[in-house]
Amino acid sequence: MAEEDKIILLEHVSKRYDGKTVLDDINLYIRKGEFVTLLGPSGCGKTTTLRLIAGFLQPDEGRILLDGKDIAGVPPYERPLNTVFQRYALFPHLDVYDNIAFGLKLKKMPEDEIDRKVRRVLKMVAMTDYESRAVESLSGGQQQRVAIARAIVNEPKVLLLDEPLAALDRKMREDMQLELKEMHQKLGITFIYVTHDQEEALTLSDTVVVMSEGRIQQIGTPRDIYNEPVNSFVADFIGQSNILNGTMLEDKRVNFIGHDFDCVDKGFGENVPVDVVVRPEDIYIKKNTEGEQFTGTVTSCIFKGMVYDMLVQTAEGFELEVQDYNGFAVGSTVGMHIHPGDIQVMKKERVRNTFEGEVVSPVSVRFLGEEWDIPETDIAPGTPVEVDVEFGAVDLMDERKDGNTEGQVYFILYKGDRYHLTVKTASGELLYADTQDIWDKDDMVGIKILPEDIKLRVK
Amino acid sequence: MKKFFARAYIWLLLILLYAPIVIIAIFSFTEAKVLGNWTGFSLKLYGNLLSGGVSSSLVKAIGNTLSIGVIAAVLSTLLGSIAAIGIFNMKGRMRKAITFLNDVPMLNPDIITGVSLFILFVALGVTQGYVTVVLAHVTFCTPYVVLSVMPKLRQMNPNTYEAALDLGATPWQALRKVIIPQIRPGMISGLILSFTLSIDDFAVTLFTKGNQGLDTLSTYIYADARKGGLTPELRPLMTIIFLVVLALLLIINLRSSRNHRKQQA
Repeated sequence: MAEEDKIILLEHVSKRYDGKTVLDDINLYIRKGEFVTLLGPSGCGKTTTLRLIAGFLQPDEGRILLDGKDIAGVPPYERPLNTVFQRYALFPHLDVYDNIAFGLKLKKMPEDEIDRKVRRVLKMVAMTDYESRAVESLSGGQQQRVAIARAIVNEPKVLLLDEPLAALDRKMREDMQLELKEMHQKLGITFIYVTHDQEEALTLSDTVVVMSEGRIQQIGTPRDIYNEPVNSFVADFIGQSNILNGTMLEDKRVNFIGHDFDCVDKGFGENVPVDVVVRPEDIYIKKNTEGEQFTGTVTSCIFKGMVYDMLVQTAEGFELEVQDYNGFAVGSTVGMHIHPGDIQVMKKERVRNTFEGEVVSPVSVRFLGEEWDIPETDIAPGTPVEVDVEFGAVDLMDERKDGNTEGQVYFILYKGDRYHLTVKTASGELLYADTQDIWDKDDMVGIKILPEDIKLRVK
Repeated sequence: MKKFFARAYIWLLLILLYAPIVIIAIFSFTEAKVLGNWTGFSLKLYGNLLSGGVSSSLVKAIGNTLSIGVIAAVLSTLLGSIAAIGIFNMKGRMRKAITFLNDVPMLNPDIITGVSLFILFVALGVTQGYVTVVLAHVTFCTPYVVLSVMPKLRQMNPNTYEAALDLGATPWQALRKVIIPQIRPGMISGLILSFTLSIDDFAVTLFTKGNQGLDTLSTYIYADARKGGLTPELRPLMTIIFLVVLALLLIINLRSSRNHRKQQA
C-alpha cells in the first residue's frame, strides 16, 4: 500500500497516567476514507487513543502522523479533525443553528456561505426544522444529530466519534448506525469510531481494532475478527463462543472435548497445546446420534427470537453453547458435529504461570512479593530463578487469610469443563488459574500453592 | 393551638428582626430633628436629601460608597471568576485545599480582616485612602464570587471546552465564547453580592480608609452619630438603601429559582 494512503499513522505510541500505563506501544495506520472502529471494554485505552489523535492528550512515547507529518505539539484547534463527543457537548447557550455554525464563524467565513453550509448539513441529519430550537429542548437522538452536524460542517479530514450512540436506546441506536454508515459513504471522509459494543463495531466498520489492557489485540475486517479471532480475549469479546483447550495433533488435525477433529489450520507443529474456538451457531445439532461426531444431553434451552440458545453437556463432561433454529427439550440426547472450516485454532498465549523469583533458603523461594515453602532444593540461596506453576495447581480460597497472598479476579474465561481465571495479585502481577469453582469478576481471593507444585528453573 | 403558637413565634421573630428598619422608615416621613418625635407626616427629609439640601460631605460619602461598590464588585467578579475556573481545573487534593483557603476569609470576622489589612498597608508603607479601601473590598468580596461561580462550572459539561477547541477555537476564544456564557449567571450573582457586601461594609473600611478624610456612608454615619444625634436626612437615606438592597436580594433569589426551574424542566 502506498504511504500516502495512510491518513493517520500511530508509531510506538505509549501513554501513562500517574505511573499506570494506559497505552502500551500502539502501532496503527488508518487509510483515507476508511471507517475504523476502536473496540474494547472500558479501560482498554480506546478513548485515550482517540484523544491523542484529537490532540487533547500528548503521547509519552512514539509519534502520531497526519498525512505523513508528525503532529506532536499541534494544538487541537489547528488539527483538521473534528470530534463527536460521547455526551454530545453541545453549547447550551446557543441554538441549533449557532451550534453548527460555531466552527465556520471562527474561520471568519462569509455569512451567506455559512448559511448555505449549515442548511446543507441540517438537511443531511434531517433536522431542518429545528435550526432555532434551544439544544436543551431536544431529545437525546436529536442532540446527537446536531453534534454530528456541528462536526461534519467543518469538512474535517477525519471525523472522530467517541461512543456517539452509547446514550441512545436500542432502536434509535440501530437507526443511527445505518445513518452514520450512509453518511460515511456520502461524505467520503475517514471515520474513527470508538465503542465497547461489538455488534456496533461489526455492523459499521471497514476495519475493527480490538483493544484490551492498553494494547491492540487484533486488527482486521469484521469478518476476520469474528471468524478468525487471534486469541481467547478476542474470541470471548466478539460474539458468543465456545473457547476450549485442545491439542494440535498434526497439520489439519486437532483434539478437543475428548475427540479428534479435522480442521483447516496448520503450521502449529505436532502435539502442541492450543485454544480452540467454535461459535455456537457452527455446532450442528441433531436428534439422532448415529454417525455424528459426538453426543450430549441438553441442559438448558432458551428461545432467543430467531434461534434457540442451548447448553449441551457432552458425554465426556464438557459444556457447550449451541445455537440452532430448532430447539431440543431439556434432558434429550442429541448428536452434534462441527465442520472443519468452523474450527478456529489459536496459539496458546501461555501454558503455565511463570514468575521471576529468588531462592531464599533451601526450603523457601520468594515470588509474587511473598515467601513460599518448597520441597528442599540444592539451588544456593540468593540465586534468581524462574518459578513455574501449572494453572491447575493454583488454589483460590474464599478467605484471603487462608492464602499465602491475595488477589482480585480480573478476567474469567469458561473453557467448557473449567474456568480459566486471570487474577491480579497483591504484587500487581497476573496469575492464571484453572478451577471448577464459580467466581465473579472483582472477587477478592486468597492464593495458595502447594510446595510440590512450585517448580524452579535456574535462569 | 400548637399551630397558633408556632405562627405567633414566627411573627414575633420577624417583628424583632424588622422593627428597627420599620421604625427608621416610619420616622423618615416626619420633620422632627430627634428620632422618636412624630410631628406630622412630611416628605421634607426626602426632599432635602434628593435636592442636595444636605452637607456636601454626606453627598461625597454616598458617591464614594457607590463608586467603591461598583469598582470592587467588577474587580472581584473578574478575579473570582478566573480563580474559580483555575480551582475547578485542579486535581483532587489541591482543589480541596484551595477551596478551603477560599472559605476561610468569609468566616473570618470583619474586624480581623480590617486590622490585618491595616497592618499590611502600614507595613508596606502605602498611603491609605480610596485605593486601599477598594483593594480591601476586593479582598473580602472575591471569595464570594468564587463560591457563586463554582456551582455553574460544576453543572457545565466539561467536554464543551474541548468541543470548542476541536471546532477551531483558541483557548482564549473558547473561554469567551463557551465558558463565560455558561457561567454568566453565577458571575452576575457574584457581582450583585459583592456590590451589596461592599456598600454594607463598615469595619474593614474604617481600618483602611486612612486619615485623609475619606468616608463612605457607613463611616460617615458612625462619625455623625458620635458628633451628637443623627442628621435627620439619614433616615430617608437608610430607607432607600434598605429598599435597594432588598431589590438586589430579590433579583438574586429570583434568578437562582428560575435557573433551578429551568434545570428541572
